[in-house]
Amino acid sequence: MSAAAIRPEERLAVAIARLVLDPEAPPARHVAIGAASPIPAAACFLVRALGHPLRVSLQQRRTANPFSEGSRELFDLAGQGRIDLFFLGGGQIDGQANINLIGTGEWPGREARFPGSFGSALMYFLTPRTILFREEHSPRVLVPRVDLVSAPGVSPPGVYRRGTAQALVTGRCVFRFHPGRARFSLLSLHPGETVESVRAATGFDFDIPAHVPPTPEPTEQELALLRGPVREAMLEPYPEFCARVFDRKSAA
Amino acid sequence: MTPITLEAMAAQVPDGALVALPPDYSLPSSALARALVRRGARGLRLLGVPILGYSADLLIGAGCVAEVETSAVTLGEAGFAPRFTAAVRAGTLRLRDATCPAIHTMLQAAEKGVPFMPLRGLIGSDILARRPDWKVAPNPFAPPGAEDPIVLLPALQPDIAIFHAAMADAEGNVWVGRRREIATAAHAARRALVTVERVVAGNLLADERLAPGVISALYVEAVAVAERGAWPCGLLDAYAPDGAHVAEYARLARTEEGFREYCARYVLAGAPAAAAA
Repeated sequence: MSAAAIRPEERLAVAIARLVLDPEAPPARHVAIGAASPIPAAACFLVRALGHPLRVSLQQRRTANPFSEGSRELFDLAGQGRIDLFFLGGGQIDGQANINLIGTGEWPGREARFPGSFGSALMYFLTPRTILFREEHSPRVLVPRVDLVSAPGVSPPGVYRRGTAQALVTGRCVFRFHPGRARFSLLSLHPGETVESVRAATGFDFDIPAHVPPTPEPTEQELALLRGPVREAMLEPYPEFCARVFDRKSAA
Repeated sequence: MTPITLEAMAAQVPDGALVALPPDYSLPSSALARALVRRGARGLRLLGVPILGYSADLLIGAGCVAEVETSAVTLGEAGFAPRFTAAVRAGTLRLRDATCPAIHTMLQAAEKGVPFMPLRGLIGSDILARRPDWKVAPNPFAPPGAEDPIVLLPALQPDIAIFHAAMADAEGNVWVGRRREIATAAHAARRALVTVERVVAGNLLADERLAPGVISALYVEAVAVAERGAWPCGLLDAYAPDGAHVAEYARLARTEEGFREYCARYVLAGAPAAAAA
């Protein structure tokens, strides 16, 4: 299996899996995954396939959905602290990890309207850690300051909050978030990217360590698991994603 | 309980009503939304429980809607909801942005008959900043000297909850299975109008296996039979969403002209058989 055969989605899933397993982050025993997050879902199934005990609750499963109290149960679980890790994205994300799922321009998105904030204004506060994920890495998405705030990246002392973003994963790189100074730092670069190319594509300032390593390549074992048991687990909830990312390859 | 027709049910939704609607994945009555377009409903205020999809976009495009309160409007895999997006840009829709757990909480407060309930999160979000009806108060149970502001949300009582259940029984009870947020919407609303796949004999509440998924007839004002009434959305394990049709809608509804073409073909071209029966 040559490195050239690795798809970007597979690299991203592996990069996210390594963040899930980061020993410096609070432990993740239960991860919930909202609608339309196939790559984070693949990452979490990979963590399981690697032998780590992780309960993965997929909100959008049609059969054997993990929730039996309706769509409020996800938020009730988060309220109690029974969800350790969640994934959020954003139409805009800024350098303080504020996320905007509302729109751009004047309230409520007179320039470009996004679908809306979903549960982000609760989940971002009550989950001990959040991995931000957005494949598009461009100045229009990663902005100096979001036009509208669905959920803030940090909160002042006294406001009840269990955690913040752990990291931001994009199609170009991985940033780590530092809540103490409310800034991102560059953690690793995906193939073909440089510090300069990431800087040019990023609207916000971020810290750059002296040495920025490449995002580690997926191992043979990780690729085999992604294309085997992970693909099987993904087929029912994410059929289109599986057809696009895995099926062509599995037929080869 | 005698089922009424879809068109008769649409006539029971007055212009200007506050109508609670489910998202595409949780028992939407697409059939009644189409009937409301045919009836020419006006000034409806839609509440997403907790988000909205195909039905809302259709009603917005057809000019039936004055106001929307929701945590999102989306067509899922088919992308943004085009008529909603166009209406927000044009400024023709009053929009109250929320977040999913806030809508659940406001309905639960109405269900309990209490004036408000607290919810964590939200502080620092522009959603809260734009909601003068949501308040921040100190947690009265915080330890002495500790600062703990918390958001208080008012009870929200919809005029009508509209959804599509898998079945009704002869008593007028309806079965929604595990979709408990729809039961909460029905409990909180002044009345529920429910389309169903079919009517079964007997009493669903007499079956211990089914009873936990039943909404009692106490809350249900009327039932209409609409086979495949969630289509093009799916219904629990009964049928899957018709992704190709939703994608066709999303493509056509990108323009006003395309939306009218969609309505002519799929909405206005005669009431479905279930309604004519």
